[in-house]
Amino acid sequence: MSSLDVQGLTVFYGRTEALKGIDLTVAEGQVVCLIGANGAGKTTTMRALSGLTRPRAGAIRLDGADIAGWRPHRVAAAGMLQVPEGRQVFAELTVAENLAMGAWLLADRAETARRQDQVLARFPRLKERLDQPAGSMSGGEQQMLALGRALMGAPRLLLLDEPSMGLAPLFVEEIFSIVADLKREGTTILLVEQNASAALEVADYAYVLETGRIVLEGPAATVAHDPAVVAAYLGG
Amino acid sequence: MFAQQLVNGVLLGATYALFALGFTLMFGVLRVINLTYGFYFSAGAFIALFLTRQAGFGIWAALPVAAMGAGAVAVALDWLLLSRLRRVNAPELSSLMVTLGGVLALYSAATSILGPDIRRLPPDLVASDAFVLAGLRVTTAQLLILLATAVMVGALMALMRGTRLGLAIRAMAEKPDAAGLMGIDTGRLAALVSFISGCLAGAGGVLIGLNFNAIHPYMGEAMMLRGFVVIIVGGLGDIRGALIAGLLLGVIEVFTAGYVASGLKEAVAFAILVVVLWTRPSGLFGRAVVRRA
Ligand SMILES: Nc1ncnc2c1ncn2[C@@H]1O[C@H](COP(=O)(O)OP(=O)(O)OP(=O)(O)O)[C@@H](O)[C@H]1O
Ligand SMILES: [Mg+2]
Repeated sequence: MSSLDVQGLTVFYGRTEALKGIDLTVAEGQVVCLIGANGAGKTTTMRALSGLTRPRAGAIRLDGADIAGWRPHRVAAAGMLQVPEGRQVFAELTVAENLAMGAWLLADRAETARRQDQVLARFPRLKERLDQPAGSMSGGEQQMLALGRALMGAPRLLLLDEPSMGLAPLFVEEIFSIVADLKREGTTILLVEQNASAALEVADYAYVLETGRIVLEGPAATVAHDPAVVAAYLGG
Repeated sequence: MFAQQLVNGVLLGATYALFALGFTLMFGVLRVINLTYGFYFSAGAFIALFLTRQAGFGIWAALPVAAMGAGAVAVALDWLLLSRLRRVNAPELSSLMVTLGGVLALYSAATSILGPDIRRLPPDLVASDAFVLAGLRVTTAQLLILLATAVMVGALMALMRGTRLGLAIRAMAEKPDAAGLMGIDTGRLAALVSFISGCLAGAGGVLIGLNFNAIHPYMGEAMMLRGFVVIIVGGLGDIRGALIAGLLLGVIEVFTAGYVASGLKEAVAFAILVVVLWTRPSGLFGRAVVRRA
């Protein structure tokens, strides 16, 4: 468990300003969602948080320490783990090997085995496929693996970038129910989603991002009833 | 005669394979065609020359020290020339040009400092006697080459397949960003891969120096051409492929020299490269990569 406080986060791609100084806060134990249209800058935000993209300016405080500009492995070691957009499982490695990579920061073998049991209990589907190359699984199964791989690292704060992207409805349901489970267990989560209705349902607080700026924020239930949000994101 | 040629070819090919393994590892994991790679081969040979001539080292001590010295050169050059390009995700062409410029500078500097002459390892470095086994002649130097190659290839395979570190290298080869998100320090792992590659190249330089008893600054350049043939025929980034293609190239060169004409051996090697690329554009063994080791 852990808290995140972002201020003035600014990212440039060459000369284009993809993030124009955004502020957001994820309080300990909360699920916060970030919604927005294609190209709004959601993934850019996530990549800047996890250190994959270097921000031009701004502060990223994780439990008080400013981690802006840290390389990804240090951010991961600080307990903030990202499930990237498009899953990014290691396709050529087996499911078991992917999970082992998720526990890279953990030197203890017994603890790794214990966590793997927990992850497999959560994702029974992965259990039958432990020795199968991850790339040979369906998109939904790969998303389960990507989530399970991150959980192997026992995140204090989990960043999920569109976990439901491109999945069949059944899998989408399963993903959101897992997010709800994790929340109940006390994991702090920042969730990026295009599936705004499902995201707002599970979240405590929500931010709406448009072309690199936060244009609206508030408790998820309030944001879900905002007329502009209903019109733009909830198909109202 | 035929069997003897085969033995000589396999021994030569083993060194080619060793050299190409480092090249293919570097390409497979760091995704750059690093043209300075051949220089590590020269560096290894010269370090061994210095160690045996000036510092009184025997071959068994000189080989690992020279290999690690070449590994250190590789790490330094990677850091100097490529690490910043990697950080900004520069296009492949820029790393190709940077390493081309770098290697030309290195060779000309080395030649002006060391001189262009061919040098030789001390004559008494390895016993000059040969073993005769079932009518086949194998020199002590050849046995040493075979043993050293087997040990290094075995160690590399064990690392890649049997350890967590090898797993991380394969993961990084496939998706460097995702590997970083797992907490893997990709910068340090890249340096380690450079080091291992440099060691393989350097060891190759010592062994080829021993095999042909000729060491000169540009020796890595001739080797690079073979390195390209082997890693392309074997499949870029494919460790097993490099091993097999290296052995094949050695055998083909020896047979061409023995039965056709010595001057044609390189022509044949490159003709094979062209034919393989025409018929199997991703190498003889398809699409396997470092991550499958
Ligand atoms: N590597 C990059 N280089 C240049 N521009 C980029 C890069 N990545 C993203 N962009 C641009 O930055 C803007 C924000 O992209 P981003 O991927 O963060 O959007 P997103 O909100 O995640 O969209 P989506 O819902 O499609 O995933 C877009 O205009 C995009 O074209
Ligand atoms: Mg995105």
